[in-house]
Amino acid sequence: MDKPTLYLLIPLLPLFGAIVAGLFGRLVGRAGAHWVTILGVAAACVGSFSVLYDQLNGGEAYNGNLYTWLTVDGIDVSVGFLVDKLTAMMMVVVTFVSLMVHIYTIGYMEEDPGYQRFFSYISLFTFSMLMLVMANNFVQLFFGWEAVGLVSYLLIGFWFKRPTAIFANLKAFLVNRVGDFGFLLGIGLVLTHFGSFYYADVFAAAPALKDVTISLFTDTPWSLLSVTCILLFIGAMGKSAQFPLHVWLPDSMEGPTPISALIHAATMVTAGIFMVARMSPLFELSDTALNFIMVIGAITALFMGFLGIIQNDIKRVVAYSTLSQLGYMTVALGASAYSVAVFHLMTHAFFKALLFLAAGSVIIGMHHDQDIRNMGGLRKYMPVTWITSLIGSLALIGTPFLSGFYSKDSIIEAVHASHLPAAQFAYAAVIIGVFVTAFYSFRMYFLVFHGKERWMEAKHDHGHDHHDDEHADEHHHGLGPNDKPHETAWVVTLPLVLLAIPSLVIGFIAIEPMLYGGFFDGVIDTSRHHVMKELGEEFHGAVAMGLHSFGTAPFWLALAGVALSWFFYMKRPDIPAAIKAKTGPLNTLLENKYYMDHLYIQGFATFGRKLGKVFWKVGDTVLIDGLMVNGSAKLVGAMAGLMRRVQTGYIYHYAFAMIIGALLLLTFWLGRFLIPQ
Amino acid sequence: MSEHLLSLAIWVPIVAGLIVLATGGDSRAAWARLIALLGAGLGFLVTIPLYTQFTLLHGGMQFVEKMPWIPAFNINYHLGVDGLSMFFVILNAFTTLLVVVAGWEVIQKRVAQYMAAFLIMSGLINGAFAAMDAMLFYVFFEAMLVPLYLIVGVWGGQNRVYAAVKLFLYTLMGSLLLLVTFIYLYFHAGKTFEIAEFQHVLLPLSVQGFMMIAFFFAFAVKVPMFPVHTWLPDAHVEAPTGGSMVLAAITLKLGAYGFLRFALPIVPDAAREWGWIIIGLSLVAVVYIGLVALVQTDMKKLVAYSSISHMGFVTLGFFMFTDGAPTTYGVEGALVQMISHGFVSAAMFFCIGVMYDRVHSRNIADYGGVANTMPTFAAFFLLFAMANSGLPATSGFVGEFMVIIGAVKVNFWYAFAAATTLIFGAAYTLWMYKRVIFGEVANEHVAELNDVNLREFTVLVILAVTVLGMGLYPQAFTEKMHASVDTLIMQVKHSKLP
Repeated sequence: MDKPTLYLLIPLLPLFGAIVAGLFGRLVGRAGAHWVTILGVAAACVGSFSVLYDQLNGGEAYNGNLYTWLTVDGIDVSVGFLVDKLTAMMMVVVTFVSLMVHIYTIGYMEEDPGYQRFFSYISLFTFSMLMLVMANNFVQLFFGWEAVGLVSYLLIGFWFKRPTAIFANLKAFLVNRVGDFGFLLGIGLVLTHFGSFYYADVFAAAPALKDVTISLFTDTPWSLLSVTCILLFIGAMGKSAQFPLHVWLPDSMEGPTPISALIHAATMVTAGIFMVARMSPLFELSDTALNFIMVIGAITALFMGFLGIIQNDIKRVVAYSTLSQLGYMTVALGASAYSVAVFHLMTHAFFKALLFLAAGSVIIGMHHDQDIRNMGGLRKYMPVTWITSLIGSLALIGTPFLSGFYSKDSIIEAVHASHLPAAQFAYAAVIIGVFVTAFYSFRMYFLVFHGKERWMEAKHDHGHDHHDDEHADEHHHGLGPNDKPHETAWVVTLPLVLLAIPSLVIGFIAIEPMLYGGFFDGVIDTSRHHVMKELGEEFHGAVAMGLHSFGTAPFWLALAGVALSWFFYMKRPDIPAAIKAKTGPLNTLLENKYYMDHLYIQGFATFGRKLGKVFWKVGDTVLIDGLMVNGSAKLVGAMAGLMRRVQTGYIYHYAFAMIIGALLLLTFWLGRFLIPQ
Repeated sequence: MSEHLLSLAIWVPIVAGLIVLATGGDSRAAWARLIALLGAGLGFLVTIPLYTQFTLLHGGMQFVEKMPWIPAFNINYHLGVDGLSMFFVILNAFTTLLVVVAGWEVIQKRVAQYMAAFLIMSGLINGAFAAMDAMLFYVFFEAMLVPLYLIVGVWGGQNRVYAAVKLFLYTLMGSLLLLVTFIYLYFHAGKTFEIAEFQHVLLPLSVQGFMMIAFFFAFAVKVPMFPVHTWLPDAHVEAPTGGSMVLAAITLKLGAYGFLRFALPIVPDAAREWGWIIIGLSLVAVVYIGLVALVQTDMKKLVAYSSISHMGFVTLGFFMFTDGAPTTYGVEGALVQMISHGFVSAAMFFCIGVMYDRVHSRNIADYGGVANTMPTFAAFFLLFAMANSGLPATSGFVGEFMVIIGAVKVNFWYAFAAATTLIFGAAYTLWMYKRVIFGEVANEHVAELNDVNLREFTVLVILAVTVLGMGLYPQAFTEKMHASVDTLIMQVKHSKLP
């Protein structure tokens, strides 16, 4: 098979599966739907591995067009593929995690009436995400960008009867649209000033435009590249849930757990990170944009981590952890360590998908109770889930030699090496973040798998907090006093094991080739900042890096986080309760998620509706319809009424008027005749 | 035959309409429906060669027909289409066919008259799009108001008479000034009503300014632009489903087409001078109307306001000038937006009609959880809602995208204001979708709903294919426009000042 055909088949096979499962779901049945989609994604996954293999063995980057979508003003917009090492890596991550999630779904959605619909959506997602990462131009990127947003909307609202789910999906779509608003304007600036939508042309033209300025407000000059990059990054802020556009991601947990793993942890939310890495030749030229990115990333990394500490819903803890890790990646982008960000994207995809799927397994085991306060001691009942969760958590907090360690420590090193003004703040944030991550991750781990078995005394009042339960419309609902949790079926645990393996080793294997082996040469541009060079000088192999870490702050901070969480939640549960009671206002602030939702919902959304109402009732109804339209009609009516009085119909009125008229005319003529000029 | 394609496009539906009318009362309604379907089908078939035989070699008029009509005033029956107008003739015939199917069993009273009104209107509108003689245009442009007035006034809802009169007076008011302008131009163009000749008349700026006002009143009302838009929501609410489909898909396009065919090439200097006013009003349409749409409680009003907002992109695209002429992005984007809006708004109104036929309410509050009982319908409605929100891969994206990109070239802040539609468009459309389709079954009416029948399914599939097809391959549309748009831009660049 020639390469272009392979590249075309990789996204189209999942699309085919999605169409079959979606449109002919009733015809092919449940088994038919999962077979057609799983085979499609499996084939795409094999294809992606072969593409990566080819790229690793000196394969040329491919840049070609499929068909011309639109030509305007002599400029082509095509559907086409750019397949280089970055794309190949993303393709493998997307299709592999997607395949795991497809298999897992057989077990997780077993009882759901929307079984075929679900498989259709996740396959459609795989197609959309592949189109996004394989794009060779901005318009196709935007297509993939919006398409994954659409599928995310559909999947968050998968259980469309639940008010919280359909609130969350609308919120997710609209917040993402705010990001897309900036993104589209950024694309507009790219076309206007670079004259092309193709990456290759734009990147080639970028250095020459480094010093070009545009005037946005009156005459103040703005650097074109800074404005463009920041606008593009606003798109990334929406998709990758960066502060202040992060609010949709925690609510997206309303969707079924498999998609939380696939879309809202491993792949879609990293699209923003991928995009900035892809655009590195542009971002590299604007220190302003890089500083901006680093600040946003640092805020997200630290402050979203804090929120993870107080969550009691197992999925929400993982969700806030995802937000925080996305912040780490963003910080790395800001430090010009694009390859490090992408490296963390990859390791994170494996261990976070693992953590989410393990959380899902716990939820099944607990009969759809998601409150970690009702769990405890599950390691006895769910051994596979327990071990894999432990691996995922250790990888997440950066245990030496595990995958998360290599990527996260590289980020910290990169920020440390960066000379941008924002780097100091970002460095503090990522260092404190290490402690926070370890604390909340192991708080959850201990509460779920160790300690007392608390489900016996758990209260199951059915009116409780909405996100404690995924299947509100189903009967079973948490464990009864005499029930025991049980390990889940093999379709669920197999993906956990398959994801645990890369969570353990991928960092160790990949760090040297990916970061320092020239893997991204010619793809990612870091020429204008020295961060990667400095990191490379200090790097002496994966083993040395692991050994060296035992003497560094991040290691001890992570250890302290684990120890403290063990002490707090296993030994002395009275202490966190006391702290919570003592720090009332702080706790309230965290519980209300810094009041961001209040600001958006009571602020923007309500204001928009009020404004709309004023425009409608005052502008349209009173001013335009009342005054202008009906007003002029009334005016005509009034004039007519006036005129009507003259036309009375009485003959003597008319005769009188005639006489008066005749007299006036006579006077006029006589006057002209008698008075000579 | 092929040299009379445009005449066929005009007269086939009109003759079919007259035959349908001749079937008389409702006792022969089945005949009326069948003949109407045949007439509309034939009317659509004769327009297809306009696309397939359309040459890309030049930007001038094609399929030209000319013969004298009123020789005393040198008025000719002169027809032709170029890349600016060809699509609207086809779109019109296409929509008419859908409307006949959409009203098939829904309309039970005065069936023959209903079908005939649509067929005759279809022919008249084709005449307006194909006319190359200003007087001929004027006659068609005015005449189409009569069937439209009847459709709203006879088959409409409770407040139909108010809406019909408002619609009629509103649009008539603008047209009278247009007639005056045409007569003025007739004398200055050497006693001819040829539109092509009008485009060469030199006019001082003050005269151009007055004409611009006349054109504005004639065409802005039809578009409709803020602040002369309030007739549209009223008319839509009172119109039957088919009426709304044609109104949104076609009638509004006549107004925008008027700007393109008359205002831009005849008074380009006035457009250069005062175009910013139109841009301002267009952006008000996008933002202000977007917010108004958000708070509507009636689905049809919501979609009507959304139409106004989308048409704001059209006028924005036409009047964004750079280097003394509109941008290719703007004009082609606006044309694409016009065609796409034809599909999407027709689909949206059809979807609302499907629900209205079952529940007899247009109020959002009377629905909820429709997806439970009508899953197939919900899937289609989602596609069209997404198209209405401008999602890529649907037709709704292409035009907005092109206009926004063009706007960035002209003025970043135009683009900034226009791009808010990404947020507002999604907000009002998907919020409505959420309240109507998602959730638990809201009441017993929703619980009793039956999913779409074969007739409705057919219409939905056809519209879905066009919406997706245009989104995935817009080149099929734009490649036919390039030459004519280039010609137009050259014309506008040329100053008409004496």
